[in-house]
Amino acid sequence: MNNLWAEPGNSRLVASAKSIQTDWLMTDDALKQELKQRGIIVASFEDILDWGYNWGRKNSLWPLQFGLACCAIEMIAAAAARFDIARFGAEVFRPSPRQADLMIIAGTVTKKMAPLVVRLYNQMPEPKYVLAMGACAISGGPFKEGYNVLKGIDRYIPVDVYVPGCPPRPEALLEGLITLQKKIAGQRLFGKDLPRHANPEAPAEYPVPAYGPHDLVPPSNPGVFCPPTPSRAE
Amino acid sequence: MSPLLPQTVLDRLHAALPQARVELVNNPSPSGQHALLVHREDAVQVAEFLKNDPELLLDYASDVSGVDYPEYLEAVYHLFSIAKKHGPIVLKTRTGDRGADASVPSLTRVWKSADFQEREAFDLFGIRFEGHPDLRRLLMWEEFEDFPLRKDYVAPNDCEYEPTPHGDIVQKAAAASASPVPQA
Repeated sequence: MNNLWAEPGNSRLVASAKSIQTDWLMTDDALKQELKQRGIIVASFEDILDWGYNWGRKNSLWPLQFGLACCAIEMIAAAAARFDIARFGAEVFRPSPRQADLMIIAGTVTKKMAPLVVRLYNQMPEPKYVLAMGACAISGGPFKEGYNVLKGIDRYIPVDVYVPGCPPRPEALLEGLITLQKKIAGQRLFGKDLPRHANPEAPAEYPVPAYGPHDLVPPSNPGVFCPPTPSRAE
Repeated sequence: MSPLLPQTVLDRLHAALPQARVELVNNPSPSGQHALLVHREDAVQVAEFLKNDPELLLDYASDVSGVDYPEYLEAVYHLFSIAKKHGPIVLKTRTGDRGADASVPSLTRVWKSADFQEREAFDLFGIRFEGHPDLRRLLMWEEFEDFPLRKDYVAPNDCEYEPTPHGDIVQKAAAASASPVPQA
């Protein structure tokens, strides 16, 4: 590999432009890395398209202006001058879900509020992302054993980034945003392992739970909610 | 300014409304906030007297609470006077039972501030306030049927996943993880 450039007799490199075969270049990640270190970027048309598309998306994530509890105060602090979420291109809080890319679930989701959150998520255009901010949005937090708090919004909608804390500091929210940006940068438009929004098999919207006589119906969406099996010491 | 004692209020009540069934409930705790227990049929009459009597002028109900007892439910009002700057006077009424007769008269027509708080007590304890102008659930959704702050309330078991189980949750979560999540 290291001698690739040193051997003028390498037939693949001296092939004419007409007959050049590029498949082996595209699939050999170690070679691509080696070439990149030498200042040569090997990319397919799809790669360039992915890169440009994702670069634009990840640097202008517009959050939904949507706060549920005390975490929203930290989200507001992150948007204000000291922490300044505008440094990451996410300062345009949209008052309408139709214009938003990112839903920051900032606070406690009560069972009375949960259907409205799911409906707002359904109204957002693709591609859309969800960031669960704080212990309550992740799992119910200190209200987990109560009767009126949803035990995590991931029971109904897919969550991309979890930001723990009670509440998380603005720096933690920014860290979550950067994590999401990295996730977006790695998503592909073509080929295998497509993200949810590019996958025609994935559902376009998620069922809104109904108010039941004792609880929300259903208590969770089995298509979305797949908790790990906990191992418990007896 | 001497504090307003429940006994003083009771004496004035007995003098003005001799037929009203009111008694003093002593509170043995250090705070000693003794309460006036009024029979529910006389509650509106007594409340109007407490509000309008020139010596008492209890014109502000700061708080309405519900209490769950084994035989009955109780609505507790904390009354202050903005005009005379005294209070609180604790006024209690009891329902007949915890089921069909779980009602007390609404005092919203006397103290307007009791409106939402009576709705809250109705929502969480199931105390029906007869004569309330708009008795709907306040916090839970309208389709909800239970009364969550009653002692016999059983919360829905949706603890299928508990990362750090403790207490009763350990058993609940173990039972839930043994059986698959029910499909709606």
